[in-house]
Amino acid sequence: MHEAAVAQKLLQLILAETEKHGGRPVAARVSYGPLEAINKEALCFAFEAISGHTACSSVKLHVEQKPLLANCGQCKHSFEIDLKSQAAAVCPQCGSADFEVLADAPLMLERIEFEIGGKDERN
Amino acid sequence: MSEIDVNKRILGENDRRALENSLFLAGRGMPCLNVISSPGAGKTTLLARTIKAMADSIRIGVIEGDITTSLDADKIKSAGGVAIQINTDGACHLSAAQVFEALGKLPLDDLDMIVIENVGNLVCPSAFALGESAKVAVLSVAEGDDKPAKYPALFAKSRALLINKMDLLGPAVDFDIDRATADVRALNKDVEIFPVSAFTGQGMEVWYEWLREQVRREKRRL
Repeated sequence: MHEAAVAQKLLQLILAETEKHGGRPVAARVSYGPLEAINKEALCFAFEAISGHTACSSVKLHVEQKPLLANCGQCKHSFEIDLKSQAAAVCPQCGSADFEVLADAPLMLERIEFEIGGKDERN
Repeated sequence: MSEIDVNKRILGENDRRALENSLFLAGRGMPCLNVISSPGAGKTTLLARTIKAMADSIRIGVIEGDITTSLDADKIKSAGGVAIQINTDGACHLSAAQVFEALGKLPLDDLDMIVIENVGNLVCPSAFALGESAKVAVLSVAEGDDKPAKYPALFAKSRALLINKMDLLGPAVDFDIDRATADVRALNKDVEIFPVSAFTGQGMEVWYEWLREQVRREKRRL
């Protein structure tokens, strides 16, 4: 629901990094955990809408949802929690319900890809 | 082509401001609760009753977040509380910067605790840190016992959950507390759960004691 606000912050971050780095940004990798209340399509749509008249107009967003992880308290196995599952979560290795859910992955700008070289400058 | 690693939090600016708020409040020994629920779960009624009942032991300052109107702040003031209203003009959540500004308008020297009543929304507010010492979720029985499973983020991140409107339980409102509790605990083992009715006062004494403990805990840290 607040993807437009997130897209605005993301655009500012990429523009600031572009200023430091130089060149034309063409792609950016973003990741987030399932508890961050983000819809991938809405984020891409909002970003495309606001980046059109900026130096980020050719940036293609690659958005990846990271899994929510847990550590089993019994067998120490690390596993992914499936929030879509109807069944109560248990450790897939030992079946224990005694596990610790780890912190959700934050909404991150991981990498930016730049196009360099003179022939692209005329675009 | 060249690639650079950035690895920056997209909401980093809000996170930094939230950290400033939390350090500022910790420095004064004040707990700060970020109360989140869907619209109509009874947050304001709950706070108004809490403020009245605790007037002699804990002084609570309330920051009210709503898309528009000052209805909620007015209700808190009618209950004898201190409240600052923030209007988000359509935004679905409060930001740490808005809370910082509101903190500056509260008479902090006369208060023991800050309670932020976030915009009524079960999804977005849980993604924005405000500088709170704890998130508190409110779920009313009329909303249904499947909400923790369907909207896991808030329930996974809350230190306390109030299950409100317990007085409505009956043939028309079929809410399985065990199911809701199990779904919340699946992702959040240590959450405190308080079944209450802010209307009748049922179960509220345990909640008041939890609030007193929050104040004692922050004071001990000074």
